[in-house]
Amino acid sequence: MPKITFVEHDGTVHTVEAEIGATVMETALRNDVSSIVAECGGGCTCATCLVHVDDAWSGIVGPPHAEEEQMLDAAFEVKPTSRLCCQIKVTQELDGLVVHTPAYQGR
Amino acid sequence: MTETIKTDVVIIGAGPVGLFAVFELGLLDIKAHLVDILDKVGGQCAELYPEKPIYDIPGIPMVTGNGLSEGLMEQIKPFHPTFHLGEMVTTVEKLGEAQFRVGTDTGKTFECKVVVIAAGGGSFQPKRPPIGGIEAYESKSVHYAVRKMDAFRDKNLVIVGGGDSALDWTLNLQPLAKKLTLIHRRDDFRGAPDSVNKMRALVAEGKMDLKIGQVSALEGGDGQLTALSVKCNDGSVARVECDAMLPFFGLTMKLGPVADWGLKMEDELIPVDMSTFETNVPGIFAIGDINTYPGKLKLILSGFHEGALMAQKAHHYVYPDKRLVFQYTTSSTNLQKKLGVA
Repeated sequence: MPKITFVEHDGTVHTVEAEIGATVMETALRNDVSSIVAECGGGCTCATCLVHVDDAWSGIVGPPHAEEEQMLDAAFEVKPTSRLCCQIKVTQELDGLVVHTPAYQGR
Repeated sequence: MTETIKTDVVIIGAGPVGLFAVFELGLLDIKAHLVDILDKVGGQCAELYPEKPIYDIPGIPMVTGNGLSEGLMEQIKPFHPTFHLGEMVTTVEKLGEAQFRVGTDTGKTFECKVVVIAAGGGSFQPKRPPIGGIEAYESKSVHYAVRKMDAFRDKNLVIVGGGDSALDWTLNLQPLAKKLTLIHRRDDFRGAPDSVNKMRALVAEGKMDLKIGQVSALEGGDGQLTALSVKCNDGSVARVECDAMLPFFGLTMKLGPVADWGLKMEDELIPVDMSTFETNVPGIFAIGDINTYPGKLKLILSGFHEGALMAQKAHHYVYPDKRLVFQYTTSSTNLQKKLGVA
Protein backbone atom coordinates (compact mmCIF):
# COMPACT_ATOMS: atom_id res chain seq x y z
CA MET A 1 0.00 0.00 0.00
CA PRO A 2 1.26 3.51 -0.76
CA LYS A 3 2.24 5.62 2.22
CA ILE A 4 1.23 9.25 2.63
CA THR A 5 2.69 11.71 5.10
CA PHE A 6 0.60 14.56 6.49
CA VAL A 7 2.62 17.28 8.18
CA GLU A 8 0.29 19.40 10.30
CA HIS A 9 0.80 23.09 10.96
CA ASP A 10 1.95 22.41 14.53
CA GLY A 11 4.57 19.93 13.35
CA THR A 12 2.62 16.73 14.05
CA VAL A 13 3.56 14.15 11.44
CA HIS A 14 1.26 11.29 10.41
CA THR A 15 2.67 8.71 8.02
CA VAL A 16 -0.18 6.41 7.09
CA GLU A 17 -1.07 3.68 4.62
CA ALA A 18 -3.43 4.70 1.86
CA GLU A 19 -5.77 2.58 -0.19
CA ILE A 20 -5.29 2.91 -3.95
CA GLY A 21 -8.37 4.57 -5.45
CA ALA A 22 -9.36 6.33 -2.22
CA THR A 23 -8.81 10.09 -1.99
CA VAL A 24 -6.12 11.73 0.08
CA MET A 25 -8.95 13.41 2.06
CA GLU A 26 -10.51 10.02 2.92
CA THR A 27 -7.08 8.76 3.93
CA ALA A 28 -6.70 11.74 6.28
CA LEU A 29 -10.10 11.21 7.93
CA ARG A 30 -9.54 7.47 8.40
CA ASN A 31 -6.33 8.30 10.20
CA ASP A 32 -7.59 11.17 12.38
CA VAL A 33 -5.64 13.95 10.72
CA SER A 34 -7.69 16.59 12.50
CA SER A 35 -6.69 19.58 10.37
CA ILE A 36 -8.61 18.10 7.43
CA VAL A 37 -12.24 19.13 8.03
CA ALA A 38 -13.89 17.99 4.76
CA GLU A 39 -17.24 19.54 5.60
CA CYS A 40 -18.87 18.55 2.29
CA GLY A 41 -17.52 15.02 2.40
CA GLY A 42 -15.61 15.12 -0.85
CA GLY A 43 -17.91 17.09 -3.13
CA CYS A 44 -15.41 19.83 -3.98
CA THR A 45 -17.89 22.38 -2.62
CA CYS A 46 -16.51 23.56 0.73
CA ALA A 47 -12.73 24.09 0.50
CA THR A 48 -12.08 22.73 4.00
CA CYS A 49 -9.63 19.98 3.00
CA LEU A 50 -6.88 22.30 1.75
CA VAL A 51 -3.34 20.94 1.65
CA HIS A 52 -0.10 22.37 0.36
CA VAL A 53 1.61 19.62 -1.60
CA ASP A 54 5.29 19.35 -0.74
CA ASP A 55 7.44 21.01 -3.40
CA ALA A 56 9.12 17.71 -4.24
CA TRP A 57 5.72 16.17 -5.05
CA SER A 58 3.87 19.06 -6.60
CA GLY A 59 4.82 18.19 -10.17
CA ILE A 60 3.78 14.55 -9.74
CA VAL A 61 0.43 15.34 -8.09
CA GLY A 62 -0.29 18.03 -10.68
CA PRO A 63 -2.37 21.19 -10.59
CA PRO A 64 -5.99 21.55 -9.49
CA HIS A 65 -8.68 20.95 -12.13
CA ALA A 66 -10.89 23.86 -13.20
CA GLU A 67 -13.74 23.31 -10.72
CA GLU A 68 -11.26 22.80 -7.89
CA GLU A 69 -9.34 25.97 -8.84
CA GLN A 70 -12.62 27.90 -8.49
CA MET A 71 -13.31 26.33 -5.11
CA LEU A 72 -9.82 27.33 -3.92
CA ASP A 73 -11.22 30.88 -3.93
CA ALA A 74 -13.04 29.90 -0.73
CA ALA A 75 -9.85 28.75 0.98
CA PHE A 76 -7.20 30.84 2.72
CA GLU A 77 -3.47 31.36 2.21
CA VAL A 78 -3.62 29.52 -1.08
CA LYS A 79 -0.24 28.80 -2.69
CA PRO A 80 0.69 27.59 -6.18
CA THR A 81 1.10 24.08 -4.69
CA SER A 82 -2.27 24.11 -2.90
CA ARG A 83 -4.86 21.44 -3.63
CA LEU A 84 -8.16 20.30 -2.16
CA CYS A 85 -7.16 16.82 -1.11
CA CYS A 86 -10.61 15.32 -1.78
CA GLN A 87 -9.66 15.76 -5.43
CA ILE A 88 -6.39 13.80 -5.24
CA LYS A 89 -6.83 10.08 -5.85
CA VAL A 90 -4.24 7.75 -4.33
CA THR A 91 -2.20 5.84 -6.91
CA GLN A 92 0.91 3.67 -6.60
CA GLU A 93 2.81 6.59 -8.11
CA LEU A 94 1.99 8.69 -5.02
CA ASP A 95 3.73 6.27 -2.62
CA GLY A 96 5.72 8.52 -0.29
CA LEU A 97 3.61 11.66 -0.95
CA VAL A 98 4.09 14.48 1.55
CA VAL A 99 1.42 17.13 2.08
CA HIS A 100 1.33 20.01 4.57
CA THR A 101 -1.98 20.93 6.23
CA PRO A 102 -2.92 24.48 7.24
CA ALA A 103 -3.75 25.73 10.73
CA TYR A 104 -7.21 26.93 9.67
CA GLN A 105 -9.73 25.59 7.19
CA GLY A 106 -12.28 28.37 7.62
CA ARG A 107 -13.90 27.08 10.82
CA MET B 1 -41.70 44.74 16.58
CA THR B 2 -43.84 42.62 14.29
CA GLU B 3 -46.80 40.66 15.60
CA THR B 4 -46.30 37.22 17.08
CA ILE B 5 -46.88 34.35 14.67
CA LYS B 6 -48.91 31.55 16.28
CA THR B 7 -48.48 28.04 14.94
CA ASP B 8 -48.34 24.41 16.07
CA VAL B 9 -44.69 23.73 15.30
CA VAL B 10 -41.60 25.75 14.44
CA ILE B 11 -39.04 23.70 12.54
CA ILE B 12 -35.53 25.11 12.73
CA GLY B 13 -33.78 24.17 9.50
CA ALA B 14 -35.27 23.63 6.04
CA GLY B 15 -32.92 20.87 4.90
CA PRO B 16 -34.29 17.53 3.70
CA VAL B 17 -35.08 16.33 7.21
CA GLY B 18 -36.90 19.56 8.18
CA LEU B 19 -38.84 19.43 4.92
CA PHE B 20 -39.94 15.82 5.37
CA ALA B 21 -40.97 16.58 8.96
CA VAL B 22 -43.62 18.88 7.45
CA PHE B 23 -45.05 15.83 5.68
CA GLU B 24 -45.17 13.61 8.73
CA LEU B 25 -46.62 16.40 10.89
CA GLY B 26 -49.07 17.37 8.15
CA LEU B 27 -50.54 13.86 8.01
CA LEU B 28 -51.41 14.37 11.67
CA ASP B 29 -53.01 17.80 11.01
CA ILE B 30 -50.10 19.65 12.58
CA LYS B 31 -49.13 22.95 10.92
CA ALA B 32 -45.53 24.08 10.66
CA HIS B 33 -43.42 27.14 10.01
CA LEU B 34 -39.80 26.62 8.96
CA VAL B 35 -36.89 28.99 9.59
CA ASP B 36 -33.55 28.68 7.80
CA ILE B 37 -30.49 30.91 7.70
CA LEU B 38 -29.92 30.14 4.00
CA ASP B 39 -31.92 32.08 1.43
CA LYS B 40 -33.12 28.80 -0.10
CA VAL B 41 -34.51 25.47 1.10
CA GLY B 42 -32.49 22.26 1.01
CA GLY B 43 -29.85 22.88 3.68
CA GLN B 44 -26.62 21.01 2.97
CA CYS B 45 -28.23 19.49 -0.15
CA ALA B 46 -28.60 22.99 -1.57
CA GLU B 47 -25.42 24.53 -0.22
CA LEU B 48 -22.85 21.74 -0.37
CA TYR B 49 -23.99 19.34 -3.10
CA PRO B 50 -26.76 20.79 -5.28
CA GLU B 51 -25.49 18.96 -8.37
CA LYS B 52 -23.85 15.94 -6.73
CA PRO B 53 -25.58 12.59 -6.89
CA ILE B 54 -26.93 10.96 -3.72
CA TYR B 55 -27.17 7.16 -3.98
CA ASP B 56 -28.71 6.12 -0.67
CA ILE B 57 -32.26 7.44 -0.68
CA PRO B 58 -34.49 4.33 -0.51
CA GLY B 59 -36.34 3.70 -3.75
CA ILE B 60 -34.47 6.43 -5.65
CA PRO B 61 -31.24 4.94 -7.06
CA MET B 62 -29.79 8.38 -7.82
CA VAL B 63 -30.88 11.92 -7.11
CA THR B 64 -28.98 15.21 -6.83
CA GLY B 65 -29.18 17.46 -3.78
CA ASN B 66 -31.38 19.89 -5.68
CA GLY B 67 -33.48 17.05 -7.08
CA LEU B 68 -34.18 15.75 -3.59
CA SER B 69 -35.12 19.21 -2.29
CA GLU B 70 -37.45 19.76 -5.24
CA GLY B 71 -39.09 16.37 -4.71
CA LEU B 72 -39.62 17.08 -1.02
CA MET B 73 -41.10 20.51 -1.76
CA GLU B 74 -43.58 18.86 -4.15
CA GLN B 75 -44.39 16.19 -1.55
CA ILE B 76 -45.16 18.68 1.25
CA LYS B 77 -47.15 21.12 -0.92
CA PRO B 78 -50.54 19.86 0.33
CA PHE B 79 -49.60 20.96 3.86
CA HIS B 80 -48.83 24.60 2.96
CA PRO B 81 -45.81 25.13 5.18
CA THR B 82 -44.65 28.72 5.68
CA PHE B 83 -40.95 29.46 5.10
CA HIS B 84 -38.87 32.16 6.77
CA LEU B 85 -35.61 32.09 4.79
CA GLY B 86 -32.45 34.10 5.38
CA GLU B 87 -33.26 34.20 9.10
CA MET B 88 -31.60 32.58 12.06
CA VAL B 89 -33.44 31.42 15.17
CA THR B 90 -31.60 33.03 18.04
CA THR B 91 -33.82 32.28 21.03
CA VAL B 92 -36.07 29.44 22.20
CA GLU B 93 -37.86 29.93 25.51
CA LYS B 94 -40.24 27.57 27.26
CA LEU B 95 -43.26 29.54 28.47
CA GLY B 96 -45.19 26.59 29.87
CA GLU B 97 -46.47 23.11 29.08
CA ALA B 98 -46.52 22.82 25.26
CA GLN B 99 -45.86 26.52 24.91
CA PHE B 100 -42.70 28.01 23.46
CA ARG B 101 -41.55 31.40 22.22
CA VAL B 102 -39.07 31.38 19.34
CA GLY B 103 -37.24 34.50 18.17
CA THR B 104 -35.17 35.20 15.04
CA ASP B 105 -32.35 37.61 14.27
CA THR B 106 -34.70 39.75 12.18
CA GLY B 107 -36.97 40.35 15.17
CA LYS B 108 -39.69 37.84 14.27
CA THR B 109 -41.42 36.05 17.16
CA PHE B 110 -43.32 32.76 17.06
CA GLU B 111 -45.46 31.11 19.68
CA CYS B 112 -45.81 27.39 19.24
CA LYS B 113 -46.58 24.13 21.00
CA VAL B 114 -43.59 22.18 19.74
CA VAL B 115 -40.08 23.08 18.52
CA VAL B 116 -38.28 20.76 16.10
CA ILE B 117 -34.56 21.34 15.68
CA ALA B 118 -33.51 20.00 12.28
CA ALA B 119 -30.45 22.18 12.05
CA GLY B 120 -28.00 19.64 10.59
CA GLY B 121 -24.44 20.73 11.29
CA GLY B 122 -25.66 24.03 12.69
CA SER B 123 -26.12 27.19 10.73
CA PHE B 124 -24.22 28.15 7.60
CA GLN B 125 -22.23 31.23 8.47
CA PRO B 126 -19.61 33.21 6.56
CA LYS B 127 -16.01 32.04 6.76
CA ARG B 128 -13.75 34.37 8.68
CA PRO B 129 -10.42 35.00 6.93
CA PRO B 130 -7.39 34.26 9.14
CA ILE B 131 -6.06 37.81 9.25
CA GLY B 132 -4.55 38.78 12.60
CA GLY B 133 -6.95 40.79 14.80
CA ILE B 134 -9.91 40.66 12.39
CA GLU B 135 -12.39 39.80 15.19
CA ALA B 136 -11.91 43.25 16.71
CA TYR B 137 -13.21 44.93 13.55
CA GLU B 138 -16.19 42.65 12.94
CA SER B 139 -19.63 44.29 12.89
CA LYS B 140 -18.04 47.74 13.05
CA SER B 141 -15.89 47.90 9.91
CA VAL B 142 -15.59 44.29 8.73
CA HIS B 143 -18.91 42.90 7.50
CA TYR B 144 -19.83 39.52 6.03
CA ALA B 145 -23.15 40.70 4.62
CA VAL B 146 -24.66 43.96 3.46
CA ARG B 147 -27.73 44.89 5.47
CA LYS B 148 -27.95 48.52 4.35
CA MET B 149 -26.12 49.72 1.25
CA ASP B 150 -26.13 53.26 2.52
CA ALA B 151 -23.79 52.27 5.35
CA PHE B 152 -21.02 52.20 2.70
CA ARG B 153 -21.71 55.60 1.16
CA ASP B 154 -18.55 57.74 0.80
CA LYS B 155 -16.40 55.00 2.33
CA ASN B 156 -13.07 53.62 1.21
CA LEU B 157 -14.43 50.14 0.68
CA VAL B 158 -12.53 46.90 0.11
CA ILE B 159 -14.33 43.81 -1.14
CA VAL B 160 -12.49 40.47 -1.07
CA GLY B 161 -13.42 37.44 -3.15
CA GLY B 162 -14.05 36.22 -6.68
CA GLY B 163 -17.55 34.79 -6.70
CA ASP B 164 -20.97 36.27 -7.32
CA SER B 165 -21.34 37.80 -3.84
CA ALA B 166 -18.09 39.73 -4.23
CA LEU B 167 -18.87 40.83 -7.79
CA ASP B 168 -22.53 41.72 -7.19
CA TRP B 169 -21.66 43.89 -4.21
CA THR B 170 -18.78 45.44 -6.12
CA LEU B 171 -21.18 46.51 -8.86
CA ASN B 172 -23.89 47.65 -6.43
CA LEU B 173 -21.66 49.56 -4.05
CA GLN B 174 -19.18 51.10 -6.51
CA PRO B 175 -21.49 54.08 -7.29
CA LEU B 176 -21.93 54.82 -3.57
CA ALA B 177 -18.42 54.29 -2.26
CA LYS B 178 -15.80 57.00 -2.22
CA LYS B 179 -13.34 54.45 -3.52
CA LEU B 180 -13.76 50.72 -4.06
CA THR B 181 -11.00 48.14 -4.27
CA LEU B 182 -11.71 44.52 -5.17
CA ILE B 183 -9.09 42.02 -3.99
CA HIS B 184 -8.97 38.47 -5.30
CA ARG B 185 -6.30 35.80 -5.13
CA ARG B 186 -6.14 35.25 -8.91
CA ASP B 187 -6.95 37.25 -12.02
CA ASP B 188 -9.83 34.98 -12.92
CA PHE B 189 -13.34 35.17 -11.50
CA ARG B 190 -15.86 32.38 -11.06
CA GLY B 191 -18.80 34.82 -10.87
CA ALA B 192 -21.27 35.40 -13.70
CA PRO B 193 -19.38 36.44 -16.89
CA ASP B 194 -21.59 39.52 -17.32
CA SER B 195 -20.66 40.77 -13.82
CA VAL B 196 -16.98 40.09 -14.50
CA ASN B 197 -17.16 42.14 -17.71
CA LYS B 198 -18.90 45.03 -15.94
CA MET B 199 -16.32 44.99 -13.15
CA ARG B 200 -13.42 44.94 -15.66
CA ALA B 201 -14.97 47.90 -17.50
CA LEU B 202 -15.12 49.89 -14.25
CA VAL B 203 -11.45 49.10 -13.63
CA ALA B 204 -10.54 50.15 -17.19
CA GLU B 205 -12.42 53.44 -16.72
CA GLY B 206 -10.48 54.09 -13.51
CA LYS B 207 -13.68 53.98 -11.41
CA MET B 208 -12.44 51.21 -9.12
CA ASP B 209 -9.26 49.30 -8.31
CA LEU B 210 -8.55 45.61 -8.69
CA LYS B 211 -5.70 43.97 -6.81
CA ILE B 212 -4.63 40.37 -7.31
CA GLY B 213 -3.36 38.95 -4.05
CA GLN B 214 -4.34 38.13 -0.48
CA VAL B 215 -5.02 40.46 2.45
CA SER B 216 -2.20 39.97 4.94
CA ALA B 217 -2.67 42.61 7.66
CA LEU B 218 -5.16 45.14 8.99
CA GLU B 219 -4.55 48.59 10.46
CA GLY B 220 -6.86 50.58 12.69
CA GLY B 221 -8.13 50.85 16.23
CA ASP B 222 -11.29 50.62 18.33
CA GLY B 223 -12.93 48.43 15.71
CA GLN B 224 -12.36 50.99 12.96
CA LEU B 225 -10.22 49.93 10.01
CA THR B 226 -7.99 52.57 8.45
CA ALA B 227 -5.92 50.53 5.98
CA LEU B 228 -4.91 47.02 5.01
CA SER B 229 -1.97 45.32 3.37
CA VAL B 230 -2.26 43.11 0.33
CA LYS B 231 0.39 40.55 -0.49
CA CYS B 232 0.22 40.74 -4.27
CA ASN B 233 0.93 37.74 -6.49
CA ASP B 234 3.89 39.56 -8.06
CA GLY B 235 5.60 39.54 -4.65
CA SER B 236 4.97 43.20 -3.80
CA VAL B 237 2.97 44.38 -0.81
CA ALA B 238 0.38 47.10 -1.39
CA ARG B 239 -1.19 49.26 1.28
CA VAL B 240 -4.84 50.19 0.67
CA GLU B 241 -6.64 52.84 2.70
CA CYS B 242 -9.87 51.34 3.87
CA ASP B 243 -12.78 52.21 6.22
CA ALA B 244 -14.76 49.07 5.59
CA MET B 245 -14.05 45.56 4.34
CA LEU B 246 -16.45 42.92 3.01
CA PRO B 247 -14.80 39.46 2.78
CA PHE B 248 -16.71 36.80 0.78
CA PHE B 249 -15.13 33.36 1.20
CA GLY B 250 -18.29 31.28 1.24
CA LEU B 251 -20.01 29.63 4.16
CA THR B 252 -19.14 27.08 6.79
CA MET B 253 -21.29 25.23 9.30
CA LYS B 254 -21.17 26.51 12.85
CA LEU B 255 -23.29 25.29 15.71
CA GLY B 256 -24.58 28.79 16.39
CA PRO B 257 -27.15 29.74 19.05
CA VAL B 258 -28.47 26.16 19.61
CA ALA B 259 -26.04 25.81 22.49
CA ASP B 260 -27.76 28.67 24.36
CA TRP B 261 -31.25 27.18 24.56
CA GLY B 262 -30.78 25.22 27.76
CA LEU B 263 -30.61 21.85 26.02
CA LYS B 264 -28.30 19.08 27.11
CA MET B 265 -25.47 18.89 24.55
CA GLU B 266 -22.74 16.30 23.86
CA ASP B 267 -19.88 17.30 21.53
CA GLU B 268 -22.05 19.92 19.81
CA LEU B 269 -24.84 17.39 19.29
CA ILE B 270 -28.19 17.07 21.05
CA PRO B 271 -28.86 13.75 22.81
CA VAL B 272 -32.40 12.49 22.22
CA ASP B 273 -34.75 9.74 23.33
CA MET B 274 -34.54 7.10 20.60
CA SER B 275 -38.26 6.34 20.57
CA THR B 276 -39.48 9.93 20.15
CA PHE B 277 -36.41 12.02 19.27
CA GLU B 278 -37.34 14.39 22.06
CA THR B 279 -34.56 16.28 23.83
CA ASN B 280 -34.20 16.66 27.59
CA VAL B 281 -36.73 19.51 27.35
CA PRO B 282 -40.24 18.10 26.78
CA GLY B 283 -41.71 19.56 23.59
CA ILE B 284 -38.36 20.26 21.95
CA PHE B 285 -37.28 17.60 19.45
CA ALA B 286 -34.04 17.20 17.52
CA ILE B 287 -33.92 15.26 14.24
CA GLY B 288 -31.30 14.69 11.56
CA ASP B 289 -27.57 15.34 11.79
CA ILE B 290 -27.83 17.55 14.88
CA ASN B 291 -28.96 14.78 17.24
CA THR B 292 -27.11 11.88 18.79
CA TYR B 293 -28.12 8.53 20.28
CA PRO B 294 -26.50 5.09 20.43
CA GLY B 295 -25.79 3.89 16.89
CA LYS B 296 -26.64 7.23 15.28
CA LEU B 297 -25.82 7.49 11.58
CA LYS B 298 -25.81 10.89 9.88
CA LEU B 299 -27.88 9.75 6.93
CA ILE B 300 -30.80 11.55 5.31
CA LEU B 301 -32.86 8.37 5.57
CA SER B 302 -32.26 8.24 9.34
CA GLY B 303 -33.51 11.82 9.59
CA PHE B 304 -36.69 10.86 7.73
CA HIS B 305 -37.35 8.02 10.17
CA GLU B 306 -36.68 10.34 13.12
CA GLY B 307 -39.18 12.86 11.73
CA ALA B 308 -41.90 10.21 11.50
CA LEU B 309 -41.46 9.14 15.12
CA MET B 310 -41.13 12.74 16.30
CA ALA B 311 -44.52 13.58 14.74
CA GLN B 312 -46.25 10.86 16.79
CA LYS B 313 -45.07 12.42 20.05
CA ALA B 314 -45.61 15.98 18.80
CA HIS B 315 -49.27 15.08 18.21
CA HIS B 316 -49.58 14.45 21.93
CA TYR B 317 -48.58 18.09 22.66
CA VAL B 318 -50.58 19.69 19.86
CA TYR B 319 -53.77 17.63 20.40
CA PRO B 320 -53.56 16.41 24.00
CA ASP B 321 -57.18 15.19 24.01
CA LYS B 322 -57.17 13.39 20.66
CA ARG B 323 -56.31 9.73 20.34
CA LEU B 324 -53.87 9.07 17.51
CA VAL B 325 -54.81 6.24 15.17
CA PHE B 326 -51.97 5.05 13.00
CA GLN B 327 -52.85 5.03 9.30
CA TYR B 328 -51.21 4.29 5.94
CA THR B 329 -51.24 6.68 2.98
CA THR B 330 -51.90 3.69 0.69
CA SER B 331 -55.24 2.82 2.26
CA SER B 332 -56.52 5.65 4.44
CA THR B 333 -59.02 7.89 2.64
CA ASN B 334 -58.57 10.33 5.51
CA LEU B 335 -54.84 10.72 4.78
CA GLN B 336 -55.47 10.73 1.04
CA LYS B 337 -57.88 13.66 1.47
CA LYS B 338 -55.16 15.58 3.27
CA LEU B 339 -52.80 14.82 0.40
CA GLY B 340 -55.42 15.96 -2.09
CA VAL B 341 -55.54 12.62 -3.91
CA ALA B 342 -58.77 11.07 -2.60
